[in-house]
Amino acid sequence: MASNDAPREPRGVSVSGFAERARLLEAPEIRRSVTRIAHEILEKNKGAARVVLVGIAARGDDLARRLASEIEQIEGVRVPVGVLDITFYRDDIGMRAEAPEVHETRIGFDFTDSTVVLVDDVLFTGRTIRAAMDALVDFGRPESIQLAVLVDRGHRELPIRADYVGKNVPTRRDEEVQVRLAEVDGEDAVVVGEKEREPA
Amino acid sequence: MPNRVLFRGVRLVDPASGHDAITDVLIEDEQVMAVGNGTTAAKAHVVDGGGGLIMAPGLVDLHAHLREPGFEHKETIETGARAAAAGGYTAVCAMPNTEPVADNAAVVMEVRNLADKAGLCGVLPAGAITRGLAGEALTDIAEMWEAGVRLFTDDHNCVQSSRVMRLALEYARAFDVVISQHAQDAALTEGWQIHEGYYSALLGLTGAPAEAESIVVGRDIALARLTGGRLHITHTSAALSVEQIRSAKTRGLRVTADVTPHHLSLLDEDLVSYDTYLRVNPPLRSAEDRQALREGAADGTLDAVATDHAPHAAEDKDQEFDQAPPGTTGLETALAVVLTELVGPGLISLSDAVARMSTRPAEILGLGEHGGPIAPGRPANLVVFDPEADWVVGERPFHSMARNSAFTGRKLRGRVIHTMLLGTFTVREGEPTR
Amino acid sequence: MIKHLLSITQLSREDVGRILDTAESFREVGTRVIKKVPALRGRTVVNLFYENSTRTRISFELAAKRLSADVINFSTSGSSVSKGESLKDTALTLQAMGADAIVIRHSSSGAPYTLSHWVSASVLNAGDGTHEHPTQALLDLFTIREHFPSFEGLRLAIVGDIRHSRVARSLTFGMAKMGGEVTLVGPPTLIPPEATAWGAGVSHDLDAVLPKLDVCYMLRVQRERQRQQFFPSVREYSRLWGLSRTRVDALPDTAVIMHPGPMNRGVEIASDVADLPRAVITDQVTNGIAVRMSLLYLMLGVDRA
Repeated sequence: MASNDAPREPRGVSVSGFAERARLLEAPEIRRSVTRIAHEILEKNKGAARVVLVGIAARGDDLARRLASEIEQIEGVRVPVGVLDITFYRDDIGMRAEAPEVHETRIGFDFTDSTVVLVDDVLFTGRTIRAAMDALVDFGRPESIQLAVLVDRGHRELPIRADYVGKNVPTRRDEEVQVRLAEVDGEDAVVVGEKEREPA
Repeated sequence: MPNRVLFRGVRLVDPASGHDAITDVLIEDEQVMAVGNGTTAAKAHVVDGGGGLIMAPGLVDLHAHLREPGFEHKETIETGARAAAAGGYTAVCAMPNTEPVADNAAVVMEVRNLADKAGLCGVLPAGAITRGLAGEALTDIAEMWEAGVRLFTDDHNCVQSSRVMRLALEYARAFDVVISQHAQDAALTEGWQIHEGYYSALLGLTGAPAEAESIVVGRDIALARLTGGRLHITHTSAALSVEQIRSAKTRGLRVTADVTPHHLSLLDEDLVSYDTYLRVNPPLRSAEDRQALREGAADGTLDAVATDHAPHAAEDKDQEFDQAPPGTTGLETALAVVLTELVGPGLISLSDAVARMSTRPAEILGLGEHGGPIAPGRPANLVVFDPEADWVVGERPFHSMARNSAFTGRKLRGRVIHTMLLGTFTVREGEPTR
Repeated sequence: MIKHLLSITQLSREDVGRILDTAESFREVGTRVIKKVPALRGRTVVNLFYENSTRTRISFELAAKRLSADVINFSTSGSSVSKGESLKDTALTLQAMGADAIVIRHSSSGAPYTLSHWVSASVLNAGDGTHEHPTQALLDLFTIREHFPSFEGLRLAIVGDIRHSRVARSLTFGMAKMGGEVTLVGPPTLIPPEATAWGAGVSHDLDAVLPKLDVCYMLRVQRERQRQQFFPSVREYSRLWGLSRTRVDALPDTAVIMHPGPMNRGVEIASDVADLPRAVITDQVTNGIAVRMSLLYLMLGVDRA
């Protein structure tokens, strides 16, 4: 499933064809990135005391759960994990042939005095994160918001930056970066390629 | 200086004379002068029929609503006559549900005067059976007969009372006029919108069962037998009615019937779009009913095709389905529908189709000047049409004031080229002459 | 997603699944403190209600507002609708106002079809005459899905005045589409014989049907029908086709009871039955908002250029 937040691609709807060009990250590298980010979160926030993780559906939530598991291993603390679907906050509703598909939202805790670490798989134009922040403040007023992403592929269209990055990957604008996670796709990998256009 | 028109090489289809062959026809002033191959004439305007044109006696409509007096926003006698001529008609029987109702000689005379002024088509006013169409008191049938009425009807009402219907049939016998019934049992059709069947249930519309028509048809046939009067069932729509009419004829009763072009071609299932142009009375019925109507038209059980031309103003039809008045126009499409839906597929011969649309209705109305035969000395009331011309209904403006044709958007085959009333072109090259 | 929702038969099985799945998310939105999302910001939804129906109109109004759309209410009390302006002229006015969606409830079957020819907005049928009430059927399916894992082979009976019920038609077609088994129950005068062609069974014996049901769906019976003599008396109707406490005991333990509202307590449903936990009538109302949000989102969140 595509996980770019390029404005013209429907999120969560599988692309008809994807021509893989290169593999950027394999499973061991992904594992190490997650571990490192977990350490960085703990370092920056001086522990896990008032940290909550909110993963952006889809795949951001799987990453968030992995991070929570790492944090528990390192610090012995279970941080709350929520999943946030941002479809209703997108800025491009009404621009495609079908309304974007929706996933589950579940935030079962109050984060008023907490730092919310938003977790997503790929940071691209920044529009998804903008939508996520708008959604988040409708749930409550966090003390602060931080952003953790597995891959930052550049081409920002909004003034958004990540606090924690697994890997910086320079890409062409028209390329597509796919993050695959074992929980959803059966394997861990980050690949770059091109969408195969269907003949008109 | 006699006015001469020579139709050269037309296929003349004339059931009254048994003619069906390519020939020449010479018209002089108001009459047919000669019929036969190789006819020549000096100073005649020649019309070439070589492109497969067909000539028939001018069509005669037993049932059309011309709306005047009283509803001139829907149609006038002039626009209705023009529409009739455009459809190939030389005579039309105008229904009496005007305002005031044509239930006395004065209104009948007014209709005749308006028709004479318009020219374009012969108009025979029908008279009401009961005063004000209320179904209770008989009208002055004799007085109207003297004013030229040959057919009496309460359309779009049904004479509900058996007693009144019996008296009408009995009394009218003295004048040899036709009592035409719009067969519809009121109690079974309260609040009706379409035919009662699968589609009325599906679409959530109140249905009128076929039995509401056939019950009245059966009763009236029994009354015709009792009284010896001349009964006509107009716009027959149900298989159950056709059966009874056929049986009545077999028994020698003086029962005649007509059917509309829309009942011969359209079905209740066409109403799934809630198109108000398809809302008609009686309603479009099932495929079985349509099959029986087609068979009836083919074997002559249904003597005539009559349009029930019912023009309505646009704002009347542009409403919710249950608010829109029933009715479709029909004068300009009747011939094409019969050619496309019946003659083309071989369900009825061309000669029989002409008989249903001209010869027989003229006989029923006692119109000696119409319906053929097209023979020397006979009045020149005729139509020439192209049986191969394709056209789409509504593509060009109607000549009727109204646009509510149930055939809007449909492709039909068959187009009137010339209509001639007493030797004068009322339609020439497809356009009315005035 | 289709542009107009006039009849539930226009939706494919996949469409229905999509609408119900998306409604799950909107149900979650309804549990938040801020029950609003900006998804349809800037859109205008018009409620054109020619029939009084506070509950359906409020449900649509809340649905549109929770999507951040602007809402205009045209209802029979007040406004030009009551002054006798034609449907066509009202439609042209709404068109000129730039409505994106028009939700119409009307007493004439087919009115939404007619309206859709005069406007470029999406038209949603909120109930037309005795024809259909597709959003009711969808929220009923959503409610049923809360209690049963699958529609396949699920047994549902609709009891009452089928002939005059738009809810019955929509629900029968909807259930059949999703693989359920529908039985229509009531007096012969109130079940059109053609209903068997809708893919439903017909029975006049409620007691025979009850033990084999998963969902018992009761329809409101109008007293008007007794005046029109579709049944001889309310007492006889209630005795034969009313859901009494005794009849409820004949239902399987897992079966649920539903009603589109408003109820005629004591006629088609006993008062104490209506208040049982297995009578999920208030859930139907709650779910109505989520399902209508889902429809508005899926129909308007689309580029139709």
